[in-house]
Amino acid sequence: MEPVVVFVPLDAAARSVGSDDVANAIVRESVARQRDVRLVRNGSRGMFWLEPLVEVSTPEGRVAYGPVQAEEVGELLDAGMLEAAPHRLCLGRTEEIPHLRSQTRFTFSRVGVNDPLSMADYEATGGLSGLRRVLEMSPQEIVSTVTDSGLRGRGGAGFPTGIKWQTVLDMDSDLKFIACNADEGDSGTFADRMLMEGDPFLVVEGMAIAGLAVGANEGYIYIRSEYPDAVATMAAAIDIANLNGWIGPSVLGTDHSFNLHLRVGAGSYICGEETAMLESLEGRRGVIRAKPPLPAIAGLFGKPTVVNNVLTLATVPPIFANGAESFRELGVGRSRGTQVFQLAGNIRNGGIVETAFGVTLGELVEDYGGGTLSGRPVRAVQVGGPLGAYLPTSRFGLPMDYEAFSAAGAMVGHGGIVVFDDTVDMSRQARFAMEFCAEESCGKCTPCRVGAVRGVEVIDRIIAGDNREANLALLADLCDTMADGSLCAMGGLTPLPVRSALAHFPEDFERAGVVLL
Amino acid sequence: MVSKTRGSYVPWSQERAVAIVERHRTEPGALMPILHELQDVFGHIEPRAVDVVAAELNLSKADVYGVVTFYKDFRAEPPGRSTVHVCRGEACQSMGGERLARHARERLGVDFGGTTSDGAVTLEQVFCLGNCALSPAVMIDGRLKGRVDEAGFDNLVTALKTEAP
Repeated sequence: MEPVVVFVPLDAAARSVGSDDVANAIVRESVARQRDVRLVRNGSRGMFWLEPLVEVSTPEGRVAYGPVQAEEVGELLDAGMLEAAPHRLCLGRTEEIPHLRSQTRFTFSRVGVNDPLSMADYEATGGLSGLRRVLEMSPQEIVSTVTDSGLRGRGGAGFPTGIKWQTVLDMDSDLKFIACNADEGDSGTFADRMLMEGDPFLVVEGMAIAGLAVGANEGYIYIRSEYPDAVATMAAAIDIANLNGWIGPSVLGTDHSFNLHLRVGAGSYICGEETAMLESLEGRRGVIRAKPPLPAIAGLFGKPTVVNNVLTLATVPPIFANGAESFRELGVGRSRGTQVFQLAGNIRNGGIVETAFGVTLGELVEDYGGGTLSGRPVRAVQVGGPLGAYLPTSRFGLPMDYEAFSAAGAMVGHGGIVVFDDTVDMSRQARFAMEFCAEESCGKCTPCRVGAVRGVEVIDRIIAGDNREANLALLADLCDTMADGSLCAMGGLTPLPVRSALAHFPEDFERAGVVLL
Repeated sequence: MVSKTRGSYVPWSQERAVAIVERHRTEPGALMPILHELQDVFGHIEPRAVDVVAAELNLSKADVYGVVTFYKDFRAEPPGRSTVHVCRGEACQSMGGERLARHARERLGVDFGGTTSDGAVTLEQVFCLGNCALSPAVMIDGRLKGRVDEAGFDNLVTALKTEAP
């Protein structure tokens, strides 16, 4: 009899709530029952309230159970889990779970499905078909396809990827680089981590395609040190890809070469800013560079460099495998394709929702997310990380679209959404935005380095009710100075959460003072 | 961030440090990989390690020292036998992360960056561990933990302290 295939995620978040113990228990308890089981450690499906999520393979597809605790494994086996029998933890066929079924998994198609380091799984599910297609195209055709797809940078800025690649392609240089930004430091984001842990070959393939497109033979991926599991999985994937000739001196047997190097950050948020990341890769302090010159003109070691986020590069292979039109036909306005939204914080059904741009903020938080985990009303959501705006529920009709968010004084960023219930004090959140900036500023620009420290002090005085009107005016002025006088988004966007908290939740800046008076 | 398991650091060795530099010397931008490996091996980066790197790479000590001090991961002092990172990012704040951060300091009797007097635990703050749908999050010796409340934190720390050093 064939062994029953059972999937238990190896994703760091799934492990953080006990998936290793569950995997061990499944092995132990199935041996005790003389059952033949083949355990596969997959990525996570991204439904974290159901983790650890155990899946059993059946002829009709995979059947899910979750959340499973290690001590429940014996009971589940006795109840017939290996035959996909009903149980109070049984969720039915995984693909039919409404939360998953309604998504469009374009970039995340394999995450949670495959064994992340199985080359056979990767190729069987369409892996490498993008790279193979690209090998028959001219660099200009490759870049034009990316431009036609409408793909924009997933790291937050939303810059059109094809235009960036075109700039590097047009540069005349013997040496060019692809630099993958995997320094995912924003709170409320974990899609890069999940992808690197769940489908690392996709990042490798995307970088190789970028190299062929612009004529770069060297690639660097810069992963933050807070992600040890992602570092280990990416390192293994790069080794496997090299050993099997997917990359290296001869990409898939052609005379193209692509050498991929992995570098690890060292606990600096600002190194997620592209020029600070380049400085760090060169072995220096992560101090940002003034632009121009753009990295596409003079980037890593002064050479033309494509700097793209993990998800941007990982979206490239399926664009080539399925055609630019398959991506472009999704989305709204100038926000084409899908975005991997991340539902985080105080939320009942937290995790990944990959769907086309145009879905509203409210649909994500209320329909997919199920509201708060605490059961209290949602009061505020922060979209786009620590430098993104705080929005009230009255803005839940906003479509997830770069331009619509920008017009509303907010930003989609990388699509991370952090939910707060009605116990949140927005004056504290505004203060934290300044505190975070003070902690993580690289120190190059005075408005950021000094302004953030002064911002904390001013907000403290406002909270204390000390000369409130004058200090509110001072804070507004300080925000203007930081926004206009900083070279990068750290100082430039820290005013966004501060101003939005003030604009949408002014009562929180009055309350504390009233108490003191 | 500590990527190693506890208690596996070796005493200072000039030869070992030179060998580490030697292994990375030809890599472009070799300084960061060198510093990571020095800290992985010795547990921290002390002044004589800075001297070795500067001499071997023909950099000024100020350059190397500047890089070491820029990055929060690089430590000048040896850490405790275990390192606990408590996340203070917004997602964790929304789930009581600041309460947990306060509790962690009180429970261990040290501020962030400090090491308990018995040398068992170094406590650090971190802004995001990428576990934002399972907040609050902590990381213990490179292992991520989710949905950690105060009682859960105490259990994790007790387990660390009762293990033999």
